[in-house]
Amino acid sequence: MVKKIVYKFDVKTHVLVPKHIKLKKEEISEILQHYNIKKSQLPKIKKTDPAIEELEVEKGDVIKIIRKSPTVGETFFYRVVV
Amino acid sequence: MTEEYIYKKIGSIFFGLLGPTLIKKMACVKIVTPELYDKEGYPVDGGLMDVKLGVIDPGLRCKTCNGKLKECPGHFGYMDLARPVIHIKYARSILTFLKYTCRECSHVLISHEDLKKKKTFKEGGKCPHCEAKQYKVKLEKPNTYVENDVRLSPIEVRARLEKISDEDVELLGVDPKYARPEHMVLTLLPIPPVTVRPSITLESGERSEDDLTHKLGDIVRINQRLFENINAGAPEIIIEDLWDLLQYHVTTYFDNAISQVPPARHRSGQPLKTLSERIKSKEGRFRYNLAGKRVNYAARTVISPDPKIKFNEVGIPLIIAMELTVPEKVTSWNTEWLKKLISNGPEKYVGANYVITGDGKKKKITDDTREQILTDLVPGCIVERHLIDGDVCVFNRQPSLHRMSIMCHKIRVLPGRSFRLNPGVCTPYNADFDGDEMNLHIPQTEEARAEAEILMQVQSHIITPKNGFNVIGCTNDAITGNYLLTRDLSLSREEAVQMLYSIGIKEFFLNKTKEVDGKDVFSALLPRDFDFIGNSRDGRIVKIERGKLVEGIIDKATIGEDNGTLIRALYAKYGEDIGIDLLGKLFRLGIAVLLKTGFTTSISDTDLPEDVVQKNNNLTVQVEKKVDELIQQYRDGKLDSMPGLTVEETLEKMILQNLNSLRNKIGQTVFEIIPEQNSTILMAKSGATGNILNVAQMAASVGQQALRGGRIRNGYIGRTLSVFEKGSLSPSAKGFVYGGYRKGLSPTEYFFHAMTGRDSLMDTALRTPKSGYLYRRLSNALQDLKIEYDHTVRDANGNVIQFKYGDDGIDVHKSEGGKINVLKIVKEVKTYG
Repeated sequence: MVKKIVYKFDVKTHVLVPKHIKLKKEEISEILQHYNIKKSQLPKIKKTDPAIEELEVEKGDVIKIIRKSPTVGETFFYRVVV
Repeated sequence: MTEEYIYKKIGSIFFGLLGPTLIKKMACVKIVTPELYDKEGYPVDGGLMDVKLGVIDPGLRCKTCNGKLKECPGHFGYMDLARPVIHIKYARSILTFLKYTCRECSHVLISHEDLKKKKTFKEGGKCPHCEAKQYKVKLEKPNTYVENDVRLSPIEVRARLEKISDEDVELLGVDPKYARPEHMVLTLLPIPPVTVRPSITLESGERSEDDLTHKLGDIVRINQRLFENINAGAPEIIIEDLWDLLQYHVTTYFDNAISQVPPARHRSGQPLKTLSERIKSKEGRFRYNLAGKRVNYAARTVISPDPKIKFNEVGIPLIIAMELTVPEKVTSWNTEWLKKLISNGPEKYVGANYVITGDGKKKKITDDTREQILTDLVPGCIVERHLIDGDVCVFNRQPSLHRMSIMCHKIRVLPGRSFRLNPGVCTPYNADFDGDEMNLHIPQTEEARAEAEILMQVQSHIITPKNGFNVIGCTNDAITGNYLLTRDLSLSREEAVQMLYSIGIKEFFLNKTKEVDGKDVFSALLPRDFDFIGNSRDGRIVKIERGKLVEGIIDKATIGEDNGTLIRALYAKYGEDIGIDLLGKLFRLGIAVLLKTGFTTSISDTDLPEDVVQKNNNLTVQVEKKVDELIQQYRDGKLDSMPGLTVEETLEKMILQNLNSLRNKIGQTVFEIIPEQNSTILMAKSGATGNILNVAQMAASVGQQALRGGRIRNGYIGRTLSVFEKGSLSPSAKGFVYGGYRKGLSPTEYFFHAMTGRDSLMDTALRTPKSGYLYRRLSNALQDLKIEYDHTVRDANGNVIQFKYGDDGIDVHKSEGGKINVLKIVKEVKTYG
């Protein structure tokens, strides 16, 4: 039988994967207040997403993503974990 | 504010299955006979057109609700099916129920323990509840179920589904409160009201029934026969056959386009349009009736150009102007005028077709009614008068991919039978005149007219929201004309005055000299307080000071479509109404110049002197030599491959580079030698049409023919055509065309050229519908996105799509190609305060 070899690849080291940060409770409420929205209106990210594998997130956490943008250089994006 | 007008709000919607009890409950009559009418033509009781099912004839009253034609919504009937049949739309769902439940005890084939552990279902084996052996159930398309090579009749299927407990139904993802699985096997058939399937009375007095009525008639007929045969105790085979036939009719009643089921047809052979076809796809209820609306007061015809009308005008044929109307309210101020229109009637232009009296009655103006209408005309009546110059209309060309695809124009009534539009607005509509047709709508209320005029006029759409550039500008001759005028023309004072007057400029300033420079004629159009600094296409400065062109040549970069800097400067300073007027004048001036000087392009434009031909030949020989060297290197195995490419690919790439550079070099020599006054070059240089490469292709060499990113590939063994040596890699054997269009192409060159020509033709023919569908999906997905006041992009539910529009929050409509030139703004503020 062919032995299954699992190659562990850390996606976070890839150039195309932007930085993901878990936000604190205060920061979350600050953002929700700033945009005057409910958590459910934020864009979503799966709990199983490889990019947030090591952040130990729970459902309802908010992830801040620091992306490169062709228009402004660096922008932020927020996603709620589902 | 809108809240107070909401009468009833939909809280929630449930979708469920109609069970026999519910079908019976909502029915008002039982259908028992396939006959529709008796001898007197009166609907038969218990027939498909039973009077209790609703009314479709005006004047009659419904036997069920006593409502008149438009009051009675129609009522359902029902029909007992002699034997149950599978509802074809649920055939797959039934299969899942049969598959995942025990054939003996009807429990879901998973033990309670496994369920708790959230283990997934495994097919085959034994039932974990009653240990009964399970067989694989298969769906033999379209509607028979087979278990272990034994056919399951709908009765058996229904019996199994009935036995499934409510908890198990819920486990399989269906709410038993609204949908029991056995309801997917029909025992009763609801008969839709006649209002759903109205019959049409033909001119001959004959009645023509709806497709659905025909289909239902088939079902009732077969059902009756089945009943009779069962009661008479007919042999099983006959009953089975009839049962299958009933299944077929019920199936095609729901969907007449199922594969493996031959579609039911009319006697004429065209397939019946049954329930699914009414709803589905482009001609279905959603896309045809709900998403697409038909309107009155619209016209459609072929378009043709007329550079003499304004950008925001549209020429419409007289016959259309006499057919379409504008409702004009009678007041004490316009009574006289409207009376004149009414006495002209529908036949004489500037007349009227209808009058709507104060109590809302619409009267057609005819020779008989005219006098009466005239005497009855009082303020408050509405006269539907013919279109006149200056009326507002909405003009559109499909596909409407743009907001610029529907714009508001002012009407100009013209002779002829086509819509006339200024060639400058071809770009936003993406129109040409090879047979294109366009639509025209006449807004019928003051509100609609105001909205069209304020929001939709052509001048409001010169700047595209795509990138902030102008979509409307000078094109073709208008550019060439202004280029010539500002580059090297000098007119006598009389000529200049005449030219300006001929394009409708009556007040202007010109130097009181005998000779007037072209630049001064151009300047006569500009406002006296206009300052501008820009660049022409070749990068040289174009300078306008106090409404006078002091330096530079006007070309595409300043007055052209898509980033015509001068046009946008005029817009920014003088606003859209004056802006479009100036643009129209510029356009007409360009054409007037060419009319005056004469402009043509001829074969002699591509004449090349002997020494240039020689020079080109030398260039060609040089490149050929180089290519030969490369091929030799490759044959000797000395060619190093480039990263990521094989040696062969490297060779091809290098040859292609060399041959392409040859074409550019030839283009350059041609460009250098052809005189400034050459019309073809003039058009290319001003940016009107064509480029230098086109000239070189005509005068010198067409160059390499590329097919799918490379040179022509071998179609025969080892060669492209059988006239070449096997394995030849020379330019001519791989699709390099030495000849120019003027001199002509050799037979092989012609063939290669035809190859690329056909390829690009096929490519465009196949790509257009594909990209059209992609665009449709994209625009449907994005249709409710909106930028809110806090710069976030959100959908209709307030979900955030983007936290700042485009990350930088720039309104591209007000930018220049997505960028904002802060320096320029600062400068402007400093100068103008």
